[in-house]
Amino acid sequence: MTQSGERGPAPSAEPVLEVRDLVKHYPITRGILFQRSYGAVQAVDGVSFDLRPGETLGVVGESGSGKSTLAKMLIGLEGPTSGSIKVHGKDITELDRRGAKRMRRDIQMIFQDPYTSLNPRMTVGDIICEPFEIHGDVLPSSERRGRAQELLEVVGLNPEHINRYPHQFSGGQRQRIGIARALALRPSILVCDEPVSALDVSIQAQVINLLIKLQKEFGLAYVFIAHDLSVVRHISDRVSVMYLGRFVESGTDTEIYDHASHPYSQALLSAVPNPTPVGRESRQRILLSGDVPSPADPPSGCRFRTRCWKAEEICSTDDPELTVRPGSDHPSACHFAEGPLEVGGPR
Amino acid sequence: MTLQNRDSGDSSVPLLEVEDLQVEFHTRAGVLKAVDGVSFSVDHRETLAVLGESGSGKSVTAQTIMGILDMPPAVIAGGAVRYRGTDLLGLSPPERRAIRGQKISMIFQDALSALNPVFSVGWQIAEMFRVHRGMSRREAKKRAIELMERVHIPAAAKRVDDFPHQFSGGMRQRIMIAMAIALDPEVLIADEPTTALDVTVQAQIMELLAELQEESGMGLILITHDLGVVADIADRTAVMYAGRVMEQAGVFDAYAAPAHPYTKGLLESIPRLDQKGGDLFSIPGTPPDLLHRPSGCAFRPRCRFRTDECLTEDPPLHDIGGGRGSACHHYQEVLDDAER
Ligand SMILES: Nc1ncnc2c1ncn2[C@@H]1O[C@H](COP(=O)(O)OP(=O)(O)OP(=O)(O)O)[C@@H](O)[C@H]1O
Ligand SMILES: Nc1ncnc2c1ncn2[C@@H]1O[C@H](COP(=O)(O)OP(=O)(O)OP(=O)(O)O)[C@@H](O)[C@H]1O
Ligand code: SF4
Ligand code: SF4
Ligand SMILES: [Mg+2]
Ligand SMILES: [Mg+2]
Repeated sequence: MTQSGERGPAPSAEPVLEVRDLVKHYPITRGILFQRSYGAVQAVDGVSFDLRPGETLGVVGESGSGKSTLAKMLIGLEGPTSGSIKVHGKDITELDRRGAKRMRRDIQMIFQDPYTSLNPRMTVGDIICEPFEIHGDVLPSSERRGRAQELLEVVGLNPEHINRYPHQFSGGQRQRIGIARALALRPSILVCDEPVSALDVSIQAQVINLLIKLQKEFGLAYVFIAHDLSVVRHISDRVSVMYLGRFVESGTDTEIYDHASHPYSQALLSAVPNPTPVGRESRQRILLSGDVPSPADPPSGCRFRTRCWKAEEICSTDDPELTVRPGSDHPSACHFAEGPLEVGGPR
Repeated sequence: MTLQNRDSGDSSVPLLEVEDLQVEFHTRAGVLKAVDGVSFSVDHRETLAVLGESGSGKSVTAQTIMGILDMPPAVIAGGAVRYRGTDLLGLSPPERRAIRGQKISMIFQDALSALNPVFSVGWQIAEMFRVHRGMSRREAKKRAIELMERVHIPAAAKRVDDFPHQFSGGMRQRIMIAMAIALDPEVLIADEPTTALDVTVQAQIMELLAELQEESGMGLILITHDLGVVADIADRTAVMYAGRVMEQAGVFDAYAAPAHPYTKGLLESIPRLDQKGGDLFSIPGTPPDLLHRPSGCAFRPRCRFRTDECLTEDPPLHDIGGGRGSACHHYQEVLDDAER
């Protein structure tokens, strides 16, 4: 683990994670004896990004847009339909089992639900040491408990509580246990899927602060998935907006929050309530009509066109690429990408 | 019992008033005071936001107002819930039923489990009219379609016979709202109506509630833990913590200068742009276990304004002027702190 002491990407550093054209289609099958395939749920459909040491990529998007599926592929819980995931330059989708297992030590996950993601029958010590059982060559058994206690200390829990069970901890404390477990193998990448959504407002800030502290301390790179856009802005260097399995816009936090150029990002940001009542009468809001289409049968051309107020003929025929267009400074998957609308959002 | 109608309402009596409400759960581990002296009121056209974290007693308060609390295990240990001056807690079950759904109605967080999966949505909405208004099936179905249009469900006439699972989460919440406003209630309680929904859908539902309130003039009690939602639509807010109202104020006042350390801490923990990447303010510690409530002020273990007095004296909800209340011994100091 590098000790960078700084947050944010080292500009010259090689990416720790390179994701290219990642696709996950879940086949829809019917029939019990003779399963036949009837199309597929296009949960993730062509996602690419790089992540550098110490950097945080925020991923936002509505329910069903494919965020968790992306996360599961990154940590190897799901195999991609196609595409590549390179960790330190090695494609984990191509390695043999043993090689893949080794690489996966380097990329760990924190889950949303601190209540169900910890086995209630295991002590905190056993939970944190579980990764050492799976990757037996990392640390001799005799040193594991000591390491678990160190990890408890790192995440701000009392090392003496190593023999307690999950139910003896509050939600925020359980999330800290999950973080300690994720850190056990000294990964360089943490995938956080809604790590604070299940926590009370007053506890969320504690966990966010811990994640930022750990990033500084260990130079960790984060993929940070959340639906609270102000939390994502706070922690992220770059942000990608996801819609129906694709990144529709990517940029630095200011590029996205202050200069969103994709209509969906603009609508999403304008829907977020401001945390102050001041100026609420004059606030403009883009209210989207209709529902998100089914990922089993996404619209032709631009996937957002069924809800887009700017849609034209070309949007139903030509799939807009995620690329930088004239008049904008960052990639957006819209034929008519343009500068920011005067709408409110979390500032 | 006589109830005045909407137009002859006595303006000195609040539309709905909760006073010193106490609700306990008698569990094997002891008596849990889920609601411990809650007071607030709401008037026509007014939106009161009840803000609080998980377990602070918001839903139990709402269920007590509606008269749908399971007793046992719950026990109403004291207080009053007055609708136009009449204490609902003293009414007989039939009198209560005449108010529930007709004068005061409620929508729930989880629309899917609140709707019956085996009946069409049209049938469920129409039931309100058949049961409470004695309408024929045909007439009731016609009214159901009108209501579905009023809550902006596209192609209502075509979808009236569809079942709940055929609708998205946002559309199901619209159906719940249609049922809740079917009988033209004067008070609508919305218990976390958008927590399970995406922010773009949340914005649509909030807009709908505001529009319906504008049309009908109903009083709205919005239960939420989202400070942004409160800032967006509430006129007043009651901030709950550990079964108590900690602060009550107009929403502009509360956000500009909170008068309770808890409200202040919540507002300060919202990420601000100038803190980007740095430490967020956070309230230390965790909410109390209601079975082992701390002595004195329940917020004391987490409070940076605490003094010895807070350990022994339970602060009442002080009237601090300007229609505001704060359950803090040192509210003046907290207020002054905001001005710095
Ligand atoms: N195992 C599976 N089989 C079939 N479809 C699936 C499977 N897992 C996910 N999906 C579908 O893939 C799509 C993306 O789901 P995913 O859980 O990745 O979304 P998400 O962005 O994480 O949503 P949320 O914000 O609700 O967590 C959804 O339509 C979902 O129903
Ligand atoms: N049936 C019950 N038996 C015992 N305790 C209960 C019961 N129902 C609620 N409680 C307790 O009463 C307290 C208040 O619960 P309530 O549901 O009102 O919280 P809330 O503010 O609505 O929280 P949330 O935001 O999670 O919905 C909690 O401590 C809860 O555990
Ligand atoms: S490509 Fe067309 S439909 Fe898609 S977001 Fe842009 S304008 Fe809208
Ligand atoms: S009464 Fe004391 S402990 Fe309670 S909120 Fe006020 S200052 Fe803090
Ligand atoms: Mg998810
Ligand atoms: Mg509740």
